[in-house]
Amino acid sequence: MTRITFVEADGTRHEIEAENGSSVMETAIKNGVPGIIGECGGACTCATCHVYVEPEWVEKTGVPSPMEEDMLDFAFEVRPNSRLSCQIIVSDELDGLVVDVPTQQA
Amino acid sequence: MSAHEIETDVVIVGAGPVGLFAVFELGLLDLKCHLLDILDRPGGQCAELYPEKPIYDIPGFPVITGQELTDNLLKQVAPFGPEFHYNRMVVSLEKQEDGRFRLVDDEGQAYVCSVVVVAAGGGSFQPKRPPVPDIADYEGTSVFYAVRRMEDFRDQDVMIVGGGDSALDWVLNLAPLVRSLTLVHRRDNFRAAPVSVGRMKELVAQGKMRFVLGQMKELHGADGQLTSVSVRTAGGEENIPVTRLLPFFGLTMKLGPVADWGLELNDNLIAVDTEKFESSVPGVFAIGDINHYPGKLKLILSGFHEAALMAQAAKKIISPDERLVFQYTTSSTRLQRKLGVKK
Ligand SMILES: Cc1cc2nc3c(=O)[nH]c(=O)nc-3n(C[C@H](O)[C@H](O)[C@H](O)COP(=O)(O)OP(=O)(O)OC[C@H]3O[C@@H](n4cnc5c(N)ncnc54)[C@H](O)[C@@H]3O)c2cc1C
Ligand code: FES
Repeated sequence: MTRITFVEADGTRHEIEAENGSSVMETAIKNGVPGIIGECGGACTCATCHVYVEPEWVEKTGVPSPMEEDMLDFAFEVRPNSRLSCQIIVSDELDGLVVDVPTQQA
Repeated sequence: MSAHEIETDVVIVGAGPVGLFAVFELGLLDLKCHLLDILDRPGGQCAELYPEKPIYDIPGFPVITGQELTDNLLKQVAPFGPEFHYNRMVVSLEKQEDGRFRLVDDEGQAYVCSVVVVAAGGGSFQPKRPPVPDIADYEGTSVFYAVRRMEDFRDQDVMIVGGGDSALDWVLNLAPLVRSLTLVHRRDNFRAAPVSVGRMKELVAQGKMRFVLGQMKELHGADGQLTSVSVRTAGGEENIPVTRLLPFFGLTMKLGPVADWGLELNDNLIAVDTEKFESSVPGVFAIGDINHYPGKLKLILSGFHEAALMAQAAKKIISPDERLVFQYTTSSTRLQRKLGVKK
């Protein structure tokens, strides 16, 4: 089991036991984390699962693929640590991961 | 306003997979259909959101992409000669005194029919509104999500935001007639066709427009009239004079005008029965992702089933005296003639 923390824009923290192999978006949806929508079900076609990966984790989560970069154009308030959470797959490596939820999804 | 209204048996609102298959089921019962869609092509979500992605749960197809399914459905309904009207949003639906329905699209074209099938899926694809404070106050006066009339942009200070084909196409089209032009995009990479990007860069080199790497922060103006937009760039914030803003952040699905047609809704979906998939207004059916009933699953195969049962009920409305004989396409000569596989 891998622990992931979602921090809402107002600071509310949700610490969740995530299942390895599922995406960070799926983890959020399954546990009802507010602010992550996942309209396209993880197909990387909606940009409603936008999160900010806390800087110390960026190296572990890696960089967006070109397809994800393209889709990030549709997200709002994009920063260098922006990711679409449906494209981050949970693994032991990510135990302790912290991501911030933006104020508004696309 | 178009002078002539179009008369037909059935109008289908939405040319997604379910609307398309409805043409087949209605066609087998000799009903003629017109379909309208806001998009510029058929296929709904399958074509707009995931054309290249595989679908694994279409019975009889271990794997098929969204686009392949759309192409197959078009082939399957071709014998029935459906008429498609793309780039049209159905805005209103009313019952006439003669009991038929009258629909009007956003270009003012009217359609009169005996049965309406709402296959509007997740609703209409509409442009996304960027979360910039007060943007709604300027919509329709200074902020536009599409260019309807180029003249509205003549001699204006125009800012276009985005990096896809819509953004770049309008940069190139509007450049000759505006007073000033700024393209804002968050990165130096564009999804748009490389030719368009090349031409945009030429315009920048010639001093005919600016490209600003950054993101929109704040709008300034009053009474719906925009005067400037602040953009956050790597070097800080810049305030750029703007009187017309065109943000292109893609599409999202909203229920749209369907909500105003007097149909009973359940959590933004049209409530239907599970025998005929008819709405609270007799003669108006709802199938596919747009409907709701206990146990509903938003699957393509459920929509196909709904289309078949809906067609039987639609036929009874249009030809109440005709006795409906249940037939298989495999063995019925009559059905095969309609499909054009038997002379
Ligand atoms: C990424 C993704 C993957 C999916 N994978 C599967 C899968 O594997 N299997 C499966 O069964 N389903 C899948 N689905 C769901 C499936 O795509 C939908 O169930 C299906 O598209 C519904 O079809 P529909 O015809 O009811 O609606 P839609 O496909 O939503 O089409 C509705 C159409 O109506 C139009 N419209 C709406 N309002 C108006 C109006 N007022 N005037 C004119 N036109 C209008 C819209 O523009 C749209 O084109 C997936 C969906 C997504 C997003
Ligand atoms: S869920 Fe749609 S892009 Fe991630």
